Amino acid sequence: MAEVTAAVVPAPSASGRVPGRAGGIGIVVEHHWRWYRRNWRATVVSSVLQPLLFLLAFGVGFGALVSGSGRVEVATGGVGYLVWLAPALLAMSAVQSAAFESTYPVLSGFKWQRVYHAMAAGPLSAAQIGLGHLTWIALKMFASGAVYVIVIAVFGGVTGPGVAVSLVAATFTGTAVAALVMAFAATVENEGSAFTGLFRFVVIPMTLFSGTFFPVDRLPAVVRPLAWVSPLWHGTELARSAALGRWQPLAAAGHVAFLLVLLVIGAVLVARQFRRRLTP
Amino acid sequence: MSDALVQARDLRKRFGAFEAVRGIDVDVARGEVFGFLGPNGAGKSSTMRMIACVSPRSGGSLQVLGMDPGSDGPRIRARIGVVPQLDNLDTELSVRENLEIYGRYFGLSRRRVRAKAAELLEFAQLTERAEDPVEPLSGGMKRRLTIARSLVNDPELLLLDEPTTGLDPQARHLLWDRLYRLKREGVTQIVTTHYMDEAEQLCDRLVVMDDGLIVAEGSPVELIERYSTREVLELRFLPEHRPAAGELAGLVERVEELPDRFLLYTADGERAQAEVARSGLRPLSALVRRSSLEDVFLRLTGRSLVD
Ligand SMILES: Nc1ncnc2c1ncn2[C@@H]1O[C@H](COP(=O)(O)OP(=O)(O)O)[C@@H](O)[C@H]1O
Ligand SMILES: [Mg+2]
Repeated sequence: MAEVTAAVVPAPSASGRVPGRAGGIGIVVEHHWRWYRRNWRATVVSSVLQPLLFLLAFGVGFGALVSGSGRVEVATGGVGYLVWLAPALLAMSAVQSAAFESTYPVLSGFKWQRVYHAMAAGPLSAAQIGLGHLTWIALKMFASGAVYVIVIAVFGGVTGPGVAVSLVAATFTGTAVAALVMAFAATVENEGSAFTGLFRFVVIPMTLFSGTFFPVDRLPAVVRPLAWVSPLWHGTELARSAALGRWQPLAAAGHVAFLLVLLVIGAVLVARQFRRRLTP
Repeated sequence: MSDALVQARDLRKRFGAFEAVRGIDVDVARGEVFGFLGPNGAGKSSTMRMIACVSPRSGGSLQVLGMDPGSDGPRIRARIGVVPQLDNLDTELSVRENLEIYGRYFGLSRRRVRAKAAELLEFAQLTERAEDPVEPLSGGMKRRLTIARSLVNDPELLLLDEPTTGLDPQARHLLWDRLYRLKREGVTQIVTTHYMDEAEQLCDRLVVMDDGLIVAEGSPVELIERYSTREVLELRFLPEHRPAAGELAGLVERVEELPDRFLLYTADGERAQAEVARSGLRPLSALVRRSSLEDVFLRLTGRSLVD
């Protein structure tokens, strides 16, 4: 009799179950963390050394060249060039690593290593796979940013605890950029010119015209609107006002709202593009 | 609800205007090893991906473990195991880490995946390589690891898409041996292959697929009985001695002409060979062998399975 019931209603014997929405994202983060634990050495160069070189070249080198002329203090509102530049470099390095981390590694997940496909064979959804990777990029950006803050402090670029808020603002900006770039990378079939084009025509101009090295109001009036649509400019404004304690509530709310809209659009597009690519 | 683990009726898959799977019926019973045999492009992977719930069907009905992949994808995927056609191991993680992290996708605890990984390393005969990165492993080892990985959630149904394509004979036999063991343990398996020997070795029952359609179904023995003769006489000729196919037709039940040889289908190959000699033909070589699924495929489609 026991045999009869067993045959009519076969009990599930598999041990797998469907992780919850956030739990699934956590598992994807865990995968990237396992990878990082083995391979972190290779990433130190891009995440810490490169921003350090920027800091030395511009903050220390260029700063010494222009200091004492009196004109710098007019532009920076009375603080030294390094102190003025440091929070902006924090935001810039977050955006640069966001752009890098969400291009080639994403294409690899779809095409070379195909790790996303491995994940998609289990109970996780395409959205969890994409947003899990985005979460990992955000966490890593925050951690490298924290190291960078320490380096800046060593060179005397930190004047108060406001820099902690700068770090959050920089990570937030980087995450919004990462989400958009990731959604784009998910549509790329061959790296070819897609990513070099992205870096050449979007990322590099953005780092030059977002008020990192000089205030945006020094730009010719015609190109100034470029800064207003640049997420990095909004992030730089937030990071700098936090570090220097120069809050303007209305402007800050506007910057946060702009970045938040980008982040939400980016996250929705990531979920959609990952679903299209992983479950054609 | 039917007792079949997989039940498809008029199942279809379209990519834009192109229809890769053009209406197939499939039933896979618990405990059996079921095969899709067909050439490249037949639609085997497209079918497997619909069963694996990673590709929405374009038409027809499909039930897997009694559920609908369209609405219960995650719940079905939690209970099946998949060996995809293309390896997708994380080659920068170690062998053991690949097993552990994959178990985590299925919601298993860290403790559970550690224990399971040790067990699966033994199964895949990879215990000695457990801490090595995957990158330098041989193709056969990677494939064994992929199969071990697919078992991490004790699946009720295992889908293997071309499990041994690209492997050398020794690696293939080692792999087949692992799949026999799973069969003995009662794991239901669906295998696709374009090797007829693999289908004969592994499958209890199979369908021959061509151009998005199922052209025949049965056990390997049944298919050979139904669509071929017991034996085949293969004849090769020098170009100057090559006869017209018509000259051979009278000698046996059926003749297939291939670019490099003739296949003569007959119950008794030795006798046919003697008759060929009597009729004055001078083949360069003559070989009598048993019929295989390759012959079934040739009969059904007029083409060779492996090109
Ligand atoms: N994602 C896709 N987009 C467009 N065409 C596809 C896609 N996947 C498969 N095809 C086409 O469908 C047909 C069947 O492919 P596939 O199912 O992979 O066959 P098999 O596994 O039997 O070799 C092929 O012609 C292939 O080019
Ligand atoms: Mg295939």
